[in-house]
Amino acid sequence: MASQEILREEPSRGSFINDPKVRGIVFQAVVVIVLVALVWWIVQNTIDNLTRLRIASGFGFLRGRAGFDISDSAIAYSSDSTYGRAIVVGFVNTLIVAAAGIVTATIIGFILGVGRLSHNWLIRKICMVYVEVFRNIPPLLVIFFWYSGVLSVLPPPRESINLPFSSFLNQRGFYFPRAVWGEGSWLILVALLLGIAMAWFVARKARQRQMATGQQFPVFWTSAALIIGLPLLAYALSGFPLSFDYPKQSTFNLTGGFQVKPEFLSLYLALSFYTAAFIAEIVRAGIMGVNKGQTEAAGALGLRPGSILRLVVIPQAMRIVIPPLTSQYLNLTKNSSLAIAIGYPDLTATTGTVLNQTGQAIECVLIMMVVYLALSLLTSAVMNVVNARMALVER
Amino acid sequence: MQEHDLSFVRVEMALAQSAPASERGLGAWIRKNLIASTGDTILTIIGIVLVAMILPQLISWAFINAQWTGADRTFCATAAQGGVQPDGWSGACWAFVNAKFGQFMFGRYPIDERWRPILVAILFVALLVPLLIPKVPRKGLNAILFFGALPIFAFILLVGGVFGLPHVETPLWGGLLVTLTLSFVGIAVSLPLGIVLALGRRSKMPIVKMLCVIFIETVRGIPLITVLFMASVMLPLFLPAGVSFDKFLRALIGVSLFAAAYMAEVVRGGLQAIPKGQYEGADSLGLGYWQKMGLIVLPQALKLVIPGIVNTFIGMFKDTSLVSIISMFDLLGVVKQNFNDPHWATPQTARSGLVFAAFVFWLFCFGMSRYSMFTERRLDTGHKR
Repeated sequence: MASQEILREEPSRGSFINDPKVRGIVFQAVVVIVLVALVWWIVQNTIDNLTRLRIASGFGFLRGRAGFDISDSAIAYSSDSTYGRAIVVGFVNTLIVAAAGIVTATIIGFILGVGRLSHNWLIRKICMVYVEVFRNIPPLLVIFFWYSGVLSVLPPPRESINLPFSSFLNQRGFYFPRAVWGEGSWLILVALLLGIAMAWFVARKARQRQMATGQQFPVFWTSAALIIGLPLLAYALSGFPLSFDYPKQSTFNLTGGFQVKPEFLSLYLALSFYTAAFIAEIVRAGIMGVNKGQTEAAGALGLRPGSILRLVVIPQAMRIVIPPLTSQYLNLTKNSSLAIAIGYPDLTATTGTVLNQTGQAIECVLIMMVVYLALSLLTSAVMNVVNARMALVER
Repeated sequence: MQEHDLSFVRVEMALAQSAPASERGLGAWIRKNLIASTGDTILTIIGIVLVAMILPQLISWAFINAQWTGADRTFCATAAQGGVQPDGWSGACWAFVNAKFGQFMFGRYPIDERWRPILVAILFVALLVPLLIPKVPRKGLNAILFFGALPIFAFILLVGGVFGLPHVETPLWGGLLVTLTLSFVGIAVSLPLGIVLALGRRSKMPIVKMLCVIFIETVRGIPLITVLFMASVMLPLFLPAGVSFDKFLRALIGVSLFAAAYMAEVVRGGLQAIPKGQYEGADSLGLGYWQKMGLIVLPQALKLVIPGIVNTFIGMFKDTSLVSIISMFDLLGVVKQNFNDPHWATPQTARSGLVFAAFVFWLFCFGMSRYSMFTERRLDTGHKR
């Protein structure tokens, strides 16, 4: 058969120019050549510029004396410390504000997200207005609003606003009593850790028992008793080593206590309030994504509304919620770099100061990029683990 | 012989009755939506307390107590602060916004030349509105004018230096003008670039794919400020001595590249959602790569991700405010610069300026998100569940 023989032949191509494989290889070769040329050109220019500006490259500058002060540092730092130390201080500050912001934003966001699905018209509308307002305003503006619009027009220290638990609020920030741990307080920490470990163990055993026999065990109350009771017991046994350092009003300022600077406060509040609006939308989408039949089926099995939410709806909603929640956490961490606008010494701000003082632009920008990339990768790795545990187990 | 039939057959319909009083009217609505249960009632009370705490204060601050006119700070300061208002007064200082309105819109753009940005804005609106209304015909011509002719015309008009127009340097630009220019260019550049990056990431060519992945993931992993820093500090180092970029242009490049990486991920989501059969069908019709993508895959994929694309636009619009950190004066930067003006510095100035800026940003972002919802509904041809 003639037609079959034709089919068996190699399909004829007009010319090798039209072969997708050849084209692909040629195209990639061109891309590589252009890229190499571009990089080479940039490197040449950079070397020229650096020699012209007499800037030595390399990370040796990190050991030099910083010579500038940092207003807010969680670890020991003075102007005699090294540049490297200054960058570490900034990094720690970024971590602190990001962690605090993530916790608060998650709590507010979940409340708002559930509120938007409430049966209560008023609550629904309040949550909607909040979300629509904060989603459509730049985070930087929210930060400025807290900093210049609210916190910096508070009364001066002499006329501080008194708050409960002997804490004070004024222009210079928020003051609250600082706990002073006396001798033997390590026992409390040990007891707390022990309590958590025991609670975990009890929860595991109770679960196994329920799986095997169907009998339930009051895990929540036992855990609460263990986690709170054991440290309390240790506190009493070690002779009540905890005392408080209360902020006191002197003529011009407040002394003692723990001071939270307005820079930190405004950044933390702004990031929490801003990100909460996005988390609320994610939570709402997650809960709405759970089929109504699931709730009805759970009800038909005789579960109470609380148990339906806890055992059926939330585990399924979490699966939808976690991936976008991860990216919101990453956004919050990256947005914490806006600290530079109000002078909170986070990683970007301190590295920026180092950059201005030393002129080591490439190294400094590289440090920033690597640290933020590492933070992003770390956060997504942690959330991936959580996600994997939440994922649908298909049999 | 017929027995008496006891069965009853209704031959006419009963008259429709209105719903019982407990099921209609305001009372029923309140019962259903506000006080359905004890918990609900508590929530309602909390809600009412919240609203009662915030709303009257807000209204009295923004409208009733607000100072609408005035020449300097004395009109917005209390007597103790050296002004005319009674002590304990708290109201918005709209007089400040009023006095600085020109700056908020155009920055330090020369006053005699401000007709140029205004003309561009009028043309922008005149071309944008018909583009956004689906029923208006000649979309192709409109789009060419909007994305092709308008940028060239706007560039000539805004920068000047030709046709007898005085040259206006970009450091003089400011306010909403900068915000909108950055956003427009960012949107116009990031969408095509994002599509190319997304196609590259899904390409079968390993080197192209790797380069796209590295670019996207790096840019997405770092904050925009770092990118802007890079654009303002490192770019001069990368170029030969003597060659220098305009600062405005550097910020434009930074913002566009940053948005392109996010856009690429959004578009990739759409590409992945298109069933394999569509790709194979296009292949079997003998279409080439660009024909396949341009005629079959992308029209479907982009339609699917309209919400994501608009979200990226909104994000970028908000992100343009970050250029104020590298000392460029966009809307937020100008507002912030002005509330340090000693002529106007009062405790209310910063708040008023920021609330005004927030309102402008909010209008644009909210408008974009509502329009995207409208488009989504219009283009929805029922593929989605």
